[in-house]
Amino acid sequence: MSYNLTNLLYLITIVGFILALKFLSSPAHARRGNQLAAIGMLVAVAVTFAHKHMTGYWAIALGMVIGGGFGAVAARKVRMTAMPQMVALFNGVGGGAAALIALAEVHVILPEPGAPKADISIAIVLSALIGSVSFSGSMVAFSKLQELIQGRPITYAGQQFVNGLVLLVAVAAGIALIAGWQQEWLLWTLVLSSLLFGVLFVLPIGGADMPVVISLLNAFTGLAVAATGFELMNNVLIVAGMLVGASGTLLTLMMSRAMNRSIGNVLFGAFGQVSAGAAAVAAGEAGGSVRSASAEDVAVMLAYAHKVVFVPGYGLAVAQAQHDVRQLADLLEEKGVEVSYAIHPVAGRMPGHMNVLLAEANVPYPQLKEMEEANPEFGRTDVAVVVGANDVVNPDARNNEGSPIYGMPILNVDEANAVVVLKRSMNPGFAGIENPLFYNPKTVMLFGDAKESIDKLIADVKAL
Amino acid sequence: MSHNTILVFELTILVLSIFLGIALISQVPTLLHTPLMSGTNAIHGIVIVGAMLVFTLPDMGAFTWVIGFIAVVLASANVVGGFVVTDRMLEMFKKREPPKPIDASQDGKGS
Repeated sequence: MSYNLTNLLYLITIVGFILALKFLSSPAHARRGNQLAAIGMLVAVAVTFAHKHMTGYWAIALGMVIGGGFGAVAARKVRMTAMPQMVALFNGVGGGAAALIALAEVHVILPEPGAPKADISIAIVLSALIGSVSFSGSMVAFSKLQELIQGRPITYAGQQFVNGLVLLVAVAAGIALIAGWQQEWLLWTLVLSSLLFGVLFVLPIGGADMPVVISLLNAFTGLAVAATGFELMNNVLIVAGMLVGASGTLLTLMMSRAMNRSIGNVLFGAFGQVSAGAAAVAAGEAGGSVRSASAEDVAVMLAYAHKVVFVPGYGLAVAQAQHDVRQLADLLEEKGVEVSYAIHPVAGRMPGHMNVLLAEANVPYPQLKEMEEANPEFGRTDVAVVVGANDVVNPDARNNEGSPIYGMPILNVDEANAVVVLKRSMNPGFAGIENPLFYNPKTVMLFGDAKESIDKLIADVKAL
Repeated sequence: MSHNTILVFELTILVLSIFLGIALISQVPTLLHTPLMSGTNAIHGIVIVGAMLVFTLPDMGAFTWVIGFIAVVLASANVVGGFVVTDRMLEMFKKREPPKPIDASQDGKGS
């Protein structure tokens, strides 16, 4: 197939991808957009098969069956609560593919005629570096989310120094390659040190900061793919890679803004490690007596309320309680209670995590309220039910300048007439920060596993 | 076309794509941020084209062949997994399923 015809057909792919993103502006037609993107991908693969120098059809077909088969099965079987790690996994393999393409290119180009042009060298170095970081970083994020390794930040003395050194080795090898010292072992050094850097850089990042990291790794893979596009002089890779790069970057910025922290602080702050001191101070100040309630009491509060707002957090995902919450909400609606859900942008482990979980439980999406929409409503809310959320409802973020999360925008549940907190125990949340909401006289605690507590509430509301 | 002409052309596409990306993504509601992530995940599976192009390189040795093969496997997992997961998610977003009566007290705000 000629160069021009190939690029003309790739245009179909590009349009498919753009429409997919455009259709994501509303849940009503987002699914159709995704299907258009899939068709675009199919066109691109078919066109590439028709490349005039194409060899190894069987190898490619076999690779597609193996990879595609794994992808399809994993994607079908995964539980909605495990979605963040799935996204991390698929993100990582894309980055890995970009790095491997760079290795293959260099291996073939270098030995004899050698010396690719400067822009091609730069593209090769960038795709190898970013792709490798994205691959190993995503694998660590996957392992943390899947709890194969501990989710808490892993830190040691001199960590920043070691990380910096490893990155320096990768960058130095890259510069040497671009400067014309084109040896294959340099690219191997670059790839291996980038892989190591990816691991080291995600290890110290805590679970609660995962939304930022996953978005960032998503952007990385996009950039690596765009660099691969320059390496192969292929338009469709450049456009698709940059669309993803822009999306990932924007999401990263939104997530860190929602936590009121700079990206540097998220990536290098090892949050959730510190703050034991601050927590102690906060607890002391609150001088806390905590009111604990029985499920029957809470059931009465809910059933006779006019307006109830559920505030879900990562605990909802851990307890797999989304279906139970929805049943309880249905029951309350039958009794004439107005029910909605207030969703903090960084609740959960990835952007929009809670929305997907509740959508899985068939909660109609108009009931899912963003923070800006939900906050003015708390004043006229009778009961706010906090299910497995902690830091995103911590009033210290508003009031206590000494708190590590001071300045983070939160859901103002303390403005509701009453607050019910479903919680396993009085252990502080992930970041180890004490929450004065629990000591608020308006608050009652319902201790236990979120799913069991909700089930008890359902039974008790039914019995009323 | 000379190499440099193509390069300038590619850079133009790159810059336009960045602005297009930002314009498109800023229209996506937070409700759909997870499908956005997994959808863009599927889109960067386009790297499969690059993986296939490894098999158009002249004088492929065993090493290049193996690397290309692994790249195709990884990229296919990325493409298929990404699209299937996104489809599964988007299928779930519903206004209200039909059998349930519409609650009058609900604010009927769409999207």
